[in-house]
Amino acid sequence: MLRPRVIPSLLIDEGRLIKTLSFAQPRYVGDPINAVRIFNEKEVDELCVFDIGASKRGAAPDFRLIEDMAAQCRMPLCYGGGVRTADDARRIIDLGVEKVAVNTAALERPDLVREMGERVGAQSVVVVLDAKQMGQGLYAVAHKGPIAFPDDDIRLIAKHFSENGAGEVVINSIDRDGTQAGYDMDLVAQVREVVSTPLTVLGGASGIEDIRALVERFGIIGAAAGSLFVFRGKLRAVLINYPPREALRFDDSA
Amino acid sequence: MIGVVDYGSGNVTAIENALGRLNEPYMLVAVADDFAAADKLILPGVGAFDAVMGRLGESGLIGPLNDAVLDRKIPVLGICVGMQILAESSEEGAHRGLGWVPGTVTRLDTSNLRRPPFLPHMGWNAIKAATDAALFQSVDQDLGFYFLHSYRFSCAPAYELAVADYGGDFTVAVRNENVYGVQFHPEKSHRNGETLISNFAKL
Repeated sequence: MLRPRVIPSLLIDEGRLIKTLSFAQPRYVGDPINAVRIFNEKEVDELCVFDIGASKRGAAPDFRLIEDMAAQCRMPLCYGGGVRTADDARRIIDLGVEKVAVNTAALERPDLVREMGERVGAQSVVVVLDAKQMGQGLYAVAHKGPIAFPDDDIRLIAKHFSENGAGEVVINSIDRDGTQAGYDMDLVAQVREVVSTPLTVLGGASGIEDIRALVERFGIIGAAAGSLFVFRGKLRAVLINYPPREALRFDDSA
Repeated sequence: MIGVVDYGSGNVTAIENALGRLNEPYMLVAVADDFAAADKLILPGVGAFDAVMGRLGESGLIGPLNDAVLDRKIPVLGICVGMQILAESSEEGAHRGLGWVPGTVTRLDTSNLRRPPFLPHMGWNAIKAATDAALFQSVDQDLGFYFLHSYRFSCAPAYELAVADYGGDFTVAVRNENVYGVQFHPEKSHRNGETLISNFAKL
């Protein structure tokens, strides 16, 4: 049987590993290559790396760093940050990466997702949506500039990409980022309902029990986390960690 | 030495990285003259069936590949779409496959899955392999391998080396004499993947 994926999600900025709180207050937490090596030893299911610096500055992906990380990775790697063209995606896949994620560029020009699929295969194209709660049961996709959708309702946009070329949708909760307050189950339920592709959720996981709750409710899903796998204890000391395989045997038959 | 067929299909680097970590001598096979030094081949492939076969055709390597695999009979391992192009044809495209393993490629049937996700089949899945299959020696079948695909190899049981369950069992590894193929990604499947690649190197 296919198993749910438990995925450390790393943020990088100018080649350094950082961690944020609600997308702000970046804190330096280490060296990305070293982190990849430790996650290799822990035999993690997958690894996500998002270069938020490249996104923020509108810079091109740091191909050298991606190449160095991919060379170390004994597990599938998903990279996002600064990807604007299908050629970028092709170049990243050629460096030994399995999946390429897009966010802003896809919101501005949704056809990019299909073009990427034509170059590298839809299974390797990931759309990341940053979710912001706007009211009771209402979530918007956060964006800086204009987007090519009539509405920023996350259900509308997630459904569009699921049906138009994305191999996976990642939902990143801004409100829960770094809080370790648990996954936003209402948000996940809304998106799961409209997305037929694999879905990965990020933001809020505080421990294995949050991942268990997610899997028990939604079955096969990607459970991603940043703080959980990077910090330990109340003082949030940096300690890269990952649960042992025995702890990741979930009952997803619910 | 293992030759990694480099025809511009994508994940050559990931396979080189895995062979490098295993200290397994390898070379890239990019032109016809390169084949002579290779006693085994790995055939990668990422993307759509037609795109991969198209690239392989443009590379001019199909003739020398046929010589090496069908005449010299050196072992070859197709990975992911590199496995699918071993078939005669694919529902996903109009190009002919290499036809080294009798069979066709069809879309994964997810009609028995109760709820999403459906396609692509993404993540770690257990496998069931024939107990005497040298390729799967010492592989932890329950741990399995990482999969990332929407199409599958369909063939007669005689060519089937392993299956996985995704809305029912389907073929995930094939063999026809010296021709091997795996649907999953051994180059990104931790120790199980490295075990499988080592097994192939020892064939």
